[in-house]
Amino acid sequence: MNQFKAFILKEIYHILRDRKTLLVLLGMPIAQIVLFGFALSNEVKNTSIYFLNQSSEPLAQQLIAKVDQNKYFDVKGYIQDAAEAEVLLRSGKAKVVAIIPSDFAYALAHENETTIQLLTDGADPNTANIINTYFTLITQQFRNEHFGKINLPYQINTNVRMLYNPQLKGEYTFVPGVIAMVLMIICVLMTSVSIVKEKELGNMEMLLVSPTNPLIVIISKAVPYFVISLIIVTIILVMSVVLLHIPIRGSLWLLYFVSSIFILSALSLGLVISTITNSQQVAMLISLMGMMLPTIMFGGFMFPIENMPLPMQIISNIVPAKWFYYAINGIMIKGLGISSLYKEILILLGFCVLFITISFKKFNIRLS
Amino acid sequence: MSEQLSITASQLTKRFGDFYAVDHISFDVRKGEIFGFLGANGAGKTTAMRMLTGLSIPTSGTATVAGFDVYTQSEEIKKKIGYMSQKFSLYQDLKVAENIEFFGGIYGLSKSRLKEASEKLLHTLGFEHEAQAIVGSLPLGWKQKLAFSIAIMHEPAIVFLDEPTGGVDPITRRQFWNMIYEAADKGITIFVTTHYMDEAEYCNRVAIMVDGKIEALDQPKVLKQTFHAPNMEDVFYQLARKAKRSDG
Amino acid sequence: MISIQHINKSYGKKGEIPALHDISLEVKKGEVFGLIGPDGAGKTTLFRILTTLILPDSGSASVAGFDIITQYKEIRRCVGYMPGKFSLYQDLSVEENLSFYATIFDTTVEANYHLIKDIYDQLAPFKTRRAGALSGGMKQKLALCCALIHKPTVLFLDEPTTGVDVVSRKEFWSMLDKLKKDGITIFVSTPYMDEASLCDRIALIQNGSILSIDTPSGLIQNFKYPVFGVRTDNMTTALKQLSQQPSMQNIFPFGEYMHIIDERSTLSVEQISRFLSEHQHQNIDVQQIKPEVEDVFIQLMKENNSQ
Repeated sequence: MNQFKAFILKEIYHILRDRKTLLVLLGMPIAQIVLFGFALSNEVKNTSIYFLNQSSEPLAQQLIAKVDQNKYFDVKGYIQDAAEAEVLLRSGKAKVVAIIPSDFAYALAHENETTIQLLTDGADPNTANIINTYFTLITQQFRNEHFGKINLPYQINTNVRMLYNPQLKGEYTFVPGVIAMVLMIICVLMTSVSIVKEKELGNMEMLLVSPTNPLIVIISKAVPYFVISLIIVTIILVMSVVLLHIPIRGSLWLLYFVSSIFILSALSLGLVISTITNSQQVAMLISLMGMMLPTIMFGGFMFPIENMPLPMQIISNIVPAKWFYYAINGIMIKGLGISSLYKEILILLGFCVLFITISFKKFNIRLS
Repeated sequence: MSEQLSITASQLTKRFGDFYAVDHISFDVRKGEIFGFLGANGAGKTTAMRMLTGLSIPTSGTATVAGFDVYTQSEEIKKKIGYMSQKFSLYQDLKVAENIEFFGGIYGLSKSRLKEASEKLLHTLGFEHEAQAIVGSLPLGWKQKLAFSIAIMHEPAIVFLDEPTGGVDPITRRQFWNMIYEAADKGITIFVTTHYMDEAEYCNRVAIMVDGKIEALDQPKVLKQTFHAPNMEDVFYQLARKAKRSDG
Repeated sequence: MISIQHINKSYGKKGEIPALHDISLEVKKGEVFGLIGPDGAGKTTLFRILTTLILPDSGSASVAGFDIITQYKEIRRCVGYMPGKFSLYQDLSVEENLSFYATIFDTTVEANYHLIKDIYDQLAPFKTRRAGALSGGMKQKLALCCALIHKPTVLFLDEPTTGVDVVSRKEFWSMLDKLKKDGITIFVSTPYMDEASLCDRIALIQNGSILSIDTPSGLIQNFKYPVFGVRTDNMTTALKQLSQQPSMQNIFPFGEYMHIIDERSTLSVEQISRFLSEHQHQNIDVQQIKPEVEDVFIQLMKENNSQ
């Protein structure tokens, strides 16, 4: 027991005295939350729009005014012909150009329909679609205000409500994703590099030529990082609730429980990696490329898995982060409990046991 | 007159805060001389060498290497010198020929000069059959000899050797010094540090650094007389023992 | 205390890189045994096999009576190991390193302090300094303390004096001498031939094979050939001229003097002196001398290589 304590104490010294790494460890989650919460967003606001207003009717001006008032659009100016539109779109000065025909009001009043042409920058199709949707919504509202609701026969109205996240806030997706990413980095990268560093420096030799059970060596590496990971989860949660007003609708205990299982499997994964290589650089590469990339790609928080082709969907099932993300998302945003998440939790436990077993088996009592 | 001096240094100093790694040293090295630089670990040898090879700017004092000023002309210095150390000499995972080609390129040798120098080098070492061998697979002694040959491939004015024979077997060590003698005969100045006291005897003059200062500088013969010592090891021992800074 | 029988080891997937070839030797209890040889001779490989870090391809060995393959746990409990590079924890302080190593051997610093006291006294003023900030000589002393702190029966020191200056080296060996008195068997490797004379017995190793095993004085006395020390005012020229003479080709610089190993046993002091004065050398000094370990090594190396 004494030995175990000595090892953990040593690990704590190492971590605390490596100021730069400590800064990265604690600073990274904070930076990510700030970035994703405030700076980056895939919402569309203040889109630059130019109008080619061929109509001299006041109705056209009213429409333009309505668009400008809307927070999603920012009317930057007017153009006189279509050629200018291309120049503006290409240079990026305009994200969308709207062309109002000369008989706008007349056609609406007498023929019950008119067409506004929208020229959008399709190089970014996602944003373009959102812009088009917003604009259409605005024009529909405009029509209802000025001409009254039109009741066509046999119309089915869809009433859309976004459950759990009615404002479609991007932050809700990102926070659980940030937790998954940060934990993967810390646990896998830090553990594997730390063990391999001892091998590289020759300290591992000294440790092996001692009565210490080698397993104590590796477990003692995992313990401090386990604690740090839980601290970081707490930091992220606190920041999310306080700064970004993200709710935690489910049980906090369950959240920590699931996080702990995920942390354990990530730590074991780090241990497995440390048994494969004797070079810190390789350990870093495997951790980052081999673990981080799949986590980001298949975790489900950046790219929807349902949109992927079938083979990739199958691959995503072996990425632990996917299950973790789903569980955390469920607990935080939907308020789910164990009964709904037992499948995910069991799978995560399975990963955990698998990695721990592999790392224990592969650990070498001699220098290979 | 100054063309005959390969290296000059006057009150050369390198300070880190309160700590004087190199404390106002002054010395000259003549062209074609084999100049030995001895000292305990931490005495300041490596720091002094880094200043002379243009890797580190001195805090104060002056120094010229091959006629160039170490403060303002370090790039020109690098073109005129060769360098070899025990810790790094060649790329272990490249072949012999590839290393030659690489370093030749760095030293700015033209393709034709490089080819000529490469053939001469391989022939002198007897390495013609080893040209395609991976450097890492060669015995240490061969590696060190190869590294030295590459360091002088571009016929530099001065070559700096940082403990070049550490851990090498006794026969190769002497072969290495034969190569050093031949280079000196050709007019290349040799600036060498070593922990082997017998190698101190092979130098024309030796400087012994203690606590950042040069405590002795002369021919080995004269040093032994001055210190009433039977050999260089004893001279060194007398001086180094007084060091306050040798440890800690 | 240490018994090695026909150990072989090669590296590489197909064993292309030979490291040790048919090594056999015995180290007696309480002796200081030196493994002398240059880098790449196989010293570190042998040490790693004896400390149970790697397995030999064939052969057997035992340390303190325990078999290296089947009883490695017992060996790891009772040996002290100081690998090259010293393997200290750079960001832990001197005292933290020491107490850590004491703890992993299930003991305390106080329990065996008397063993390391002389060495540690020199470290004591720096005990809170981080190991990474120590000089080479200090790291060496600390590493030795860490290897000794659990009172090992056998001490394995892999090139403890490499890269360290002459003064520190001398101090280190006098420390080893004191340890001997405590009954610890010491197996030490070094590339420095002059340190050989400080051991009780030595084995010369080169290219994975043992060249000879004996006491230093035994090696010197049993050396078959006469050795001459030569000195003149112009050593470089003398060396060139002498090495062209067929009978004097076995000539090597040895610092102040050159050594001629008289393989044919035909030379005499007068012969060599005459040759030199004929070539206009001044201050000629020729003597027949006792060979040094390095002479023996060079000769054995040549014979081994030419086989």
